[in-house]
Amino acid sequence: MEQEAIYPTEKLKCWKKVKDIRMKFYQDYAEAHDKGGLRWAGGAWTFDAIPAGLGEDVYPITSEPYSATIAFDKELSLECMEATEVKGYPRDLCSYMRNYWGSIITDKFAFGYKDGEFVPRFQGAKPIGFPKPDFIWQDHICCSHAKWYQVVSDLEGGIPMFTVDNAVGPSNELTDSKIKYVVEQLKDGIKFLEKTTGRDYDDELMFKAIKNHFVSTSKWAESCALNKAIPAPLDEKTIYSLYVLGTLQKAGKQVADFYEKDLLPEVKDRVKRGIAAVPNERVRVMSDTQPPWSFLSIFRYLEKFGCVSVGSLYTFGLIGQWEVKKDGTWGAKKIPDVEFTSRDQALYEYVKYELHKPEWQHFYSCHLKSDMMIRIAKEWKLNGVMLHYNRGCEGLTVGIAENRLALLDAGFPVMAFEGNNADEREFDEARTKAKINAFMETLGVK
Amino acid sequence: MIEQFKQIEKNRHDYAKDWKKKKDGKVLGYFCTYVPEEILYAAGVLPVRILGSHEPQDVTEPHIFGMFCPFCRDCLAQGLKNRYKYLDGLMIAQSCLHIRQAYTSWIKHRPVDFSKFLCMPHKVQSPHAYEFLTEEYKVFKKELENWTGNKITDNDLDKAIEVYNENRRLMRKLYDLRKRDKPPLTGEQVMEVVMAMQMTDKAEHNKMLKELLKKIENYIPDRETGSRLMILGSEDDDTVFMNMVEESGATFVIDDHCTGSRYFWNEVEDGKDPLSSIAARYVNRIPCPSKDWEERKRIPHILNLCKDWKVDGVIIMQQKFCDPHELDFVAIKKALEDAGIPTLFLEFDVTVPIGQFKIRVEAFLEMIGEEDLF
Repeated sequence: MEQEAIYPTEKLKCWKKVKDIRMKFYQDYAEAHDKGGLRWAGGAWTFDAIPAGLGEDVYPITSEPYSATIAFDKELSLECMEATEVKGYPRDLCSYMRNYWGSIITDKFAFGYKDGEFVPRFQGAKPIGFPKPDFIWQDHICCSHAKWYQVVSDLEGGIPMFTVDNAVGPSNELTDSKIKYVVEQLKDGIKFLEKTTGRDYDDELMFKAIKNHFVSTSKWAESCALNKAIPAPLDEKTIYSLYVLGTLQKAGKQVADFYEKDLLPEVKDRVKRGIAAVPNERVRVMSDTQPPWSFLSIFRYLEKFGCVSVGSLYTFGLIGQWEVKKDGTWGAKKIPDVEFTSRDQALYEYVKYELHKPEWQHFYSCHLKSDMMIRIAKEWKLNGVMLHYNRGCEGLTVGIAENRLALLDAGFPVMAFEGNNADEREFDEARTKAKINAFMETLGVK
Repeated sequence: MIEQFKQIEKNRHDYAKDWKKKKDGKVLGYFCTYVPEEILYAAGVLPVRILGSHEPQDVTEPHIFGMFCPFCRDCLAQGLKNRYKYLDGLMIAQSCLHIRQAYTSWIKHRPVDFSKFLCMPHKVQSPHAYEFLTEEYKVFKKELENWTGNKITDNDLDKAIEVYNENRRLMRKLYDLRKRDKPPLTGEQVMEVVMAMQMTDKAEHNKMLKELLKKIENYIPDRETGSRLMILGSEDDDTVFMNMVEESGATFVIDDHCTGSRYFWNEVEDGKDPLSSIAARYVNRIPCPSKDWEERKRIPHILNLCKDWKVDGVIIMQQKFCDPHELDFVAIKKALEDAGIPTLFLEFDVTVPIGQFKIRVEAFLEMIGEEDLF
């Protein structure tokens, strides 16, 4: 433990910027009505370039990262969970969803103002109520997605809602008919948006947002690919704060610019100069699914052994878009070289691109996920894998036991630990650390 | 009265093996009732639904994380224990995530000659779901033809549709008889009929059903009906539970289960061609909660069933960890209670704690019967 540094390290220069973008996102949402704008709610995977066509004063809140923010605020999270349970919802449901519902039921937003500054509630903000969205714009691939917002609408006394079914099968079986099914729904969705908001839809704004989407998802993947380097320029705990921008507003210009102009050049520079995220890097692992947000300290605990978690299919592929390159390795998906000339054509390109999202593939077969995980384990030169058997998310935990078997078959040691991404009552920190101790010994570091 | 159905259900594997020998045909196991059985039947394939055996087991532990529903684990256990070794094919239509795991683990560890994940749309309330599903069926039909070597003509599909529709009509007739003050069959008996329906050649089931309907048309049972109950929720084939409730002074007169009315309620109606007609049937059917959005269409349907079958109370059951139902039952419970219908919520596992449940059920029945008492 506490081994000597082997590599130089330094803090990320873009760290403050990423935090600022995130805070502005929530502030914009909270204050949208004050500026005559609109606010909408939907999932992190939703086709967020579509509402962008309503104008530049339309601000989203995405459910999963908002709920993770609540999870980090243990006191508020417990209040939200208990309020949801009082309403009769079972505690084995998605824990993000329960935090989110709880925030509505208790009418407590996770952010507020302190001395005029917009800050998280746990930093002493004066509480404000949950800002009700004007409409819901959701997607559906996990059983909980559309149902999540059905309940939100119930709780809020009715909110206009549109959901896009994007579960059309794995990307290796994509057909024109599958793409068109999603495209046609998006076209219906645009009509819904116009009707609901009374605004005229601007295709040009949508075109720009789709381009931003391409940049965000491709450039994020490019940064993650750089983590194949030894030493790894980024560690997963840091990655959590970086990938989150893509879950907030991947079609936003501020996000695309950050990934392309701030993060990517800095990570490239770190690789060039041999800057390590963890200076005593000796072994490399990856995790899987969302982490237990209240206990990110376990990643710092790994570092005491000289172990760096370089990422995961979750952090790489939840937002990042990938493809197999000529040399057979995984790299960032090429940004489509296409000019948009019509709504139909733009939507088609958008959907065709997006349906390749790595984290959507295991919804059809856990074996597709196993293949991607084994690829990461090989190409990112891992010594082992830590699988979070996450009781809080059925969508990302589907097939995880088969992933474990496949990784073991491929020769990678696996440590499975049980927990919950957003319900801290279901995570045993001491037991997990004891498991890490044993696992590190297995990997030859202690 | 329903012995023949019960025998098939209890000896499901023998039935399928005998069918295979007799017909020299292929048997395909399916998960989830969104699988378009008509297309399989038209190809000369016998579709049989994979159900569990309600026995505690540990063979699925390495394959499915414990937070997933007991039903999916029980189903997978049947495969891992080699109880379905005779299957030539295995199939699932996209529905809930839980049962999908049973399918994906099964095809890896007990591979079969033909396997298919059919991409049933989730947004059945979208007007585009019809065309999308029809296109998926076209691909599936070709795959089936390649596998079986049988060309599936429109005539074959029409015949299969007719067999299945007749089956559905007969079942609706049987369910209508349960509206009587003295229903001729108990809920447990009907559950046996539906389970047998999911694992029998439908033409044969039709014959059996016609005989049964003849027998019960004028039959007045000598048991007391007691409180008229509805049961609704996740997949449910727990006949032991049904029996316990009905021995406690009640009769299940109606249900909303995929091992019950949801399976057969809607027929295939005439459309522009057989495949699109079948697609319309599966898009329009009474939805599983995993597909019941953005509007909750099941609720008015459930309330209508309660009214038409003169229901005194509803038992809402769900398989432990069944997320889609967990996401619906709060709204359903509220709608029922707003309509003045009492509810009892019970969580099921592979086996149920029958003693504890009996106490809760008896208390529920007493509550329902209070008005008669005082």
